[in-house]
Amino acid sequence: MSHPENASEFLKDQAQAKWHDETLWFVRDKRDRISKTIPEWEDLRNLASQIKDNVLANLGPYLEQFEENAKKNGVQIHWAKDGEEHNRIVLDILKRHDCQAIVKSKSILTEECHLNPFLEKNGIDVVDTDLGERIVQLLHQPPSHIVLPAIHLKKGEISELFHEKLHTEKGNEDPAYLTQAARLHLREKFLGAKVALTGVNFGIAETGEFVVCTNEGNADMGVHLADVHVACMGIEKILPRRKDLGIFLRLLARSATGQPVTNYNSHFRSPAPGRELHIILVDNGRTAQLAREKFKNSLKCIRCGACMNTCPIYRRSGGFSYGSTVPGPIGSILSPGLDMKKHSTLPFASTLCGSCSDVCPVKINIHEQLYEWRQEITKAHGELGKGLSMWIAAGIFKSPLAYKISGSLMRKALKTLPDSLIYHPMNAWGKSRDLPEAPKESFQQWYQKNRS
Amino acid sequence: MISDSPKIGLFIPCYVDQFYPQVGVASLELLEKLGCKVSYPMGQTCCGQPLANSGYERDTAGATRHFIELFKDFDYVVAPSGSCVLHVKEHVPAIPGLENEQAKLHHKVFELTEFITDVLKVEKIEGKFPHRVGFHSSCHGQRGLRLSSSSELNQNPFNKAKKLLENLEGLEWVELSRTDECCGFGGTFSVTEEALSVRMGKDRLEDHAQHQTEILTGGDMSCIMHLQGIATRNKQPLKFLHIAEILNQAIS
Repeated sequence: MSHPENASEFLKDQAQAKWHDETLWFVRDKRDRISKTIPEWEDLRNLASQIKDNVLANLGPYLEQFEENAKKNGVQIHWAKDGEEHNRIVLDILKRHDCQAIVKSKSILTEECHLNPFLEKNGIDVVDTDLGERIVQLLHQPPSHIVLPAIHLKKGEISELFHEKLHTEKGNEDPAYLTQAARLHLREKFLGAKVALTGVNFGIAETGEFVVCTNEGNADMGVHLADVHVACMGIEKILPRRKDLGIFLRLLARSATGQPVTNYNSHFRSPAPGRELHIILVDNGRTAQLAREKFKNSLKCIRCGACMNTCPIYRRSGGFSYGSTVPGPIGSILSPGLDMKKHSTLPFASTLCGSCSDVCPVKINIHEQLYEWRQEITKAHGELGKGLSMWIAAGIFKSPLAYKISGSLMRKALKTLPDSLIYHPMNAWGKSRDLPEAPKESFQQWYQKNRS
Repeated sequence: MISDSPKIGLFIPCYVDQFYPQVGVASLELLEKLGCKVSYPMGQTCCGQPLANSGYERDTAGATRHFIELFKDFDYVVAPSGSCVLHVKEHVPAIPGLENEQAKLHHKVFELTEFITDVLKVEKIEGKFPHRVGFHSSCHGQRGLRLSSSSELNQNPFNKAKKLLENLEGLEWVELSRTDECCGFGGTFSVTEEALSVRMGKDRLEDHAQHQTEILTGGDMSCIMHLQGIATRNKQPLKFLHIAEILNQAIS
């Protein structure tokens, strides 16, 4: 389904859509307020943006430096060119340790690689330990937001789910009660897992260390109890120096949730005696994106989710409407790089309002890249099939407004398009909107009469 | 005030020409009242924005060449639209043979309110407009041309349109809950994502209704056309005027 179809579906439940919009606006507003308590906020954004530009311009050398230092620290490094290879590496590690059950803290990268279904197919019990992720996992859903995976659900729905799966009291919607139940449920899983998997927020080239940020401490809980820690890291997650963290950690939590700092910023360096620490460095389309001049700086993203919270489209269509692992504005500039045909409607799911670019802590010009993807997608329409570009063109011309204007004015600009599109009978404008009343004369006619 | 009467070309967007001629007239009269020598070059067409935003920028070369030819000899080009100004400045293809003219034109094109505040250096407009006015910040003007501060950024608040309106006697400025959220017009978006577009428009109108806006104004008729279209359909008793109409009526 295309984004417009999914969005229309989402908007059918108007009360739910309004609630979703207001809930995410609350997060955006909290972010605004806390960012304005930091006088140097815009300087931090500039610095972060420049550091990431430097990383992308020197990614190869930084990755080699990171690998060398991590190995010195006793870490085992793996390289994966795509999701499939990444998943195989994880499975090999699990097999070597004869491990049947793992705990996993939040990692959008593993979602991107579809690790969970792969491991489950291979007989491994995977437990997501982030509360929101555990909720969507129990529902067999993907996360609808990269920071707030279960933001599309209300507490009543979670209460029902927990009653069914964790045998909590029926109808008890008290968040503290439900969280406690999840905590007890997860504790068992933590104790039973030999291998813990985490994502990586920042990898430090000069030291080979890495940092994982969580609010629930679930990454630490898993890692400290397990014999083996597997950290999955996108190759763009590099920072040159440890001191750069001071900038990024200040920006990340404030941008993501409006908190001054993430509750747990856990730094990992070496495996404990007798244990193993693995880092899997994953490409999965990132070097291809790096080669695209207009789109490479999308790789600066630190996955804070601020562009989702601010996006008037995301708030009113929900994460699932995008049909991609990373939804929202940043997803709409990353996903077409992975599969242009599948994600061809995403760059059009925007008014190009630019709020995403202004909210972005690393200053990615998201809305300008949405515009550029549109240009690429229409160029590729031969490969994509005519459907999409016809849909776009019909979009322009199925409005009677454009139809009326086209009569005398737009011909020059529109001469490349066939009349059948221009005179398309559908009327999307008028379904819920009136047209302006046509005046007696145009401005041009008035001017000729009165001024020339 | 500018000395030596520079030549100002009035750039009237196609939908303003066709549907809102009064906005063109108000823009012209306002600039004249402020002492400008303005003319309207005939034969203006669509600047090509709907095509470019739909992914067909490459097909706007004809419209762009035409625009450059029409306006290249003016000292300034002024339009009552942030969106169309942003388009002709940022989103037009390079035209072979007209590179110099195109580069010069880039710095000569202004949205109406920024032309008044930044080029004419008008500090305040004297006049009377005893109404409760809600302002819709169009995204392309706001975040594209930076006509006002954006709520996402940590910067000193400013708003060029507000600067011109706030001194009018009797004018009450409406503070909205969401000061600068998009109205959902978005050009082609208004028809390709019809459901979302209308929802966004309704939400903006609700914000204005909650704060007792009597007249909703803005710098872009495209956003206003969309909002007015929804309000009219739902029989909402809200009036809509372009900021040029308010200033031209009020100025004494």
